Amino acid sequence: MAQVLVVDDSTSMRTMVTATLTSVGHQVKDAENGKAALDVAKSGAFDVVITDLNMPIMDGITLTRELRSIPKYTYTPILLLTTESSGDKKAAGKDAGATGWLVKPFNPERLLSTIDRVLG
Amino acid sequence: MSIDLEQFHQVFFEESLENLDVVEQALVEVDVDSDIDSEVINTIFRAAHSIKGGSGTFGFTEVTEFTHLMETLLDEVRDGVRPLTQELVDALLKSCDCLRHWFDCLQAKQDLSDEQSKPLVVIFENMLNKNSALASTEVNVSKTTAGTDHVPLHHWQITFIPHSEILLSGNEPIRLFRQLEQMGEYKVIADISGVEDIDQLTVDECFISWNIELVTTTGKEDIVEIFEWVIDECTLTITDNIPTVEANNVPEIGREMIAEKSGAIVEEAKKPKTKIEIAQKTKTIAASSAASSIRVGIDKVDNLINLVGELVITQSMLSELGNNFDMSKIERLSSGLDQLLQNTKELQENVMRIRMLPISFAFNRFPRMIRDLSVKIGKKVDLQINGEHTELDKTVMEKIGDPLVHLVRNAIDHGIESVEERVAANKPEMGVIKLDAYHQGGNIVIEIVDDGKGIDANIIGQKAIEKGIVDDVSKLSDGQIYDLIFEPGFSTAAEISDISGRGVGMDVVRRNITSLGGRIDIESEVGKGSIFRVHLPLTLAILDGQLVRVGSEVFIIPLISIVESLQIKAELVNKVSGNMILYRLREDNVPIIPIYKEFNIEADNTELDSALLVVVEGDGRKVGLLVDDLLAQQQVVIKSLESNYKRIEGISGATILGDGSVALILDILGLITQTTPKKSHSNRSMKAA
Repeated sequence: MAQVLVVDDSTSMRTMVTATLTSVGHQVKDAENGKAALDVAKSGAFDVVITDLNMPIMDGITLTRELRSIPKYTYTPILLLTTESSGDKKAAGKDAGATGWLVKPFNPERLLSTIDRVLG
Repeated sequence: MSIDLEQFHQVFFEESLENLDVVEQALVEVDVDSDIDSEVINTIFRAAHSIKGGSGTFGFTEVTEFTHLMETLLDEVRDGVRPLTQELVDALLKSCDCLRHWFDCLQAKQDLSDEQSKPLVVIFENMLNKNSALASTEVNVSKTTAGTDHVPLHHWQITFIPHSEILLSGNEPIRLFRQLEQMGEYKVIADISGVEDIDQLTVDECFISWNIELVTTTGKEDIVEIFEWVIDECTLTITDNIPTVEANNVPEIGREMIAEKSGAIVEEAKKPKTKIEIAQKTKTIAASSAASSIRVGIDKVDNLINLVGELVITQSMLSELGNNFDMSKIERLSSGLDQLLQNTKELQENVMRIRMLPISFAFNRFPRMIRDLSVKIGKKVDLQINGEHTELDKTVMEKIGDPLVHLVRNAIDHGIESVEERVAANKPEMGVIKLDAYHQGGNIVIEIVDDGKGIDANIIGQKAIEKGIVDDVSKLSDGQIYDLIFEPGFSTAAEISDISGRGVGMDVVRRNITSLGGRIDIESEVGKGSIFRVHLPLTLAILDGQLVRVGSEVFIIPLISIVESLQIKAELVNKVSGNMILYRLREDNVPIIPIYKEFNIEADNTELDSALLVVVEGDGRKVGLLVDDLLAQQQVVIKSLESNYKRIEGISGATILGDGSVALILDILGLITQTTPKKSHSNRSMKAA
């Protein structure tokens, strides 16, 4: 099973994503903003990173860019959690090196199928 | 899939309510006439966005639709295309109220009403100048329901030529093929003509392209969706090669889909009933879980772990000492015990800190309240908050909220003058209300200060006589007269205003505060303003107590209620009608309560002359408790008598002393009400007589 890093400033989203992923056996670590996530990522190794876009201190796009500049995360799938209203954010996210996105709202099933998609 | 989203609801509610507080605070601080800090707008946007995202995920559609409107408007403000007008700020503030109400309903599993939201939605939509935000979702629904009766088979020809840097975004082409593979019969041919010589190859570049044939019932949109993430990093063509044929050989799939759909409908139809059942069952659970959770900073927990570590070290040191102890080690034993004392004390303080929250939790509602009230009654008020980081026990915090609201309302309604009055009195137009919190000894003090007209002792006194609360005020000090406003049925407002109500409040305010073991006092100067000072214990779990002995029993008197201890002088004792014995204490006549009589026990001394009297105060009244001896002062942990035994008049709880014996804690307020049932008509009028 995979090592997943979940980044979101919303506790409920973080809890939900973490619980869902853990329930199928993934190992999850979480962080509440990009800056904290970067520290966690540097000190560990993750197979997938799932990050929210809108966060205080460091947003998801900056986090993506920073992660891509770290050699061990060059090819790691990075998924953005976005809402349909932030269409242009997807493009910005892709430019920063994101693998793909997961549109909010999503249910646990959708989350798991998306994760499977990048772990395949 | 067995994940039940309901388990995350409570976290979501708590987080959303916090987010609403953030929005509200930021909005109240916004001054629409000056430049607005973009970070403030960002903060508001982020909070609304979070609520929308969460509510969508957890299935609270009404909340999602409503916050979507808020978010859209805020997004425009953030992008600078829409000014933040007073109208918008007001509507957003009302939206916070509406959402807060909704979250309360959701927590109690009640249906949401659109009573509050409807007018706001109209305002928002007018601002956005569009009819409905729902159009897009309807399209989605119709898209998924179409095609169940007609399943065409496609022969898709897909050419996928990725750009060479595709791997850098973490997209591995093989994963795309694995997904296509699941859709139907599939064949893939790799085109390696673009691959360069081995010495030209770069490790993270992709030179291969692919031709894929896929026979499936899946439509083009779903195939495009698979390539959604890489659409800008490749050249993709998808064509349906062979003309569509009727898919006679796949009716099972269609039937299955229909079956699945109708199954879902049946389930849906069943749902409401079970939901109500569940709602009834879990209502109480939800309410109690909301009340019982607390968020604790990780540093507090770390601190505790640290302290426990130290305690373990001390313990092992002591047990080693005990294993082969001789008198030469007495010094080490004594220093070890000192260390144990220190550890215990720190541990106790830190455990208490876990229940502590900054008082900003209680103060946060005031900026909004003051803003709304000052607009409503046309007074200008500036609210200044100090000491909002002062920490207070969670239970005390929850119970002090309403009394504080009342005091602040009073300050703005009765304290602060109208603009004209202020100008006439040579005061600045803008009145000031200060909220201050600080620690003093083992107590927290909360001050509500206004620079308004102050309390006129003459008016209060007159009013009190009119109301029959006292007979004469000529011998009362100003402080005692101010205290009269806490009497039931006292109201000075010539006209009842709808802000501070009809005089039912102040007695309740004092009762609430005293029930928390606290007290309130007033300082005031006519024309300058008033200070209402609330003293509260930091925690309800531990109290500073004075140990007293009566016969063989030890009782505990809460230190906060003790005024003084003295030796009775026989000439100052007055026996009045009935069993009441009064003691002349300077200006006051204090009823004496012999503890031995009260609890029907044996005492060493039943003579009043030269006996020890502990004068205590509660609810503004004083009594003297007759005891045999004063023992130590110490902190005691309060154990409930009700949950361990039963309720006893005059006793508020019990504690276990150092020697293992149980001591009872006196309920001062209870004793006072018992002895002096009608205070205002007994001791006050007596005093005046």
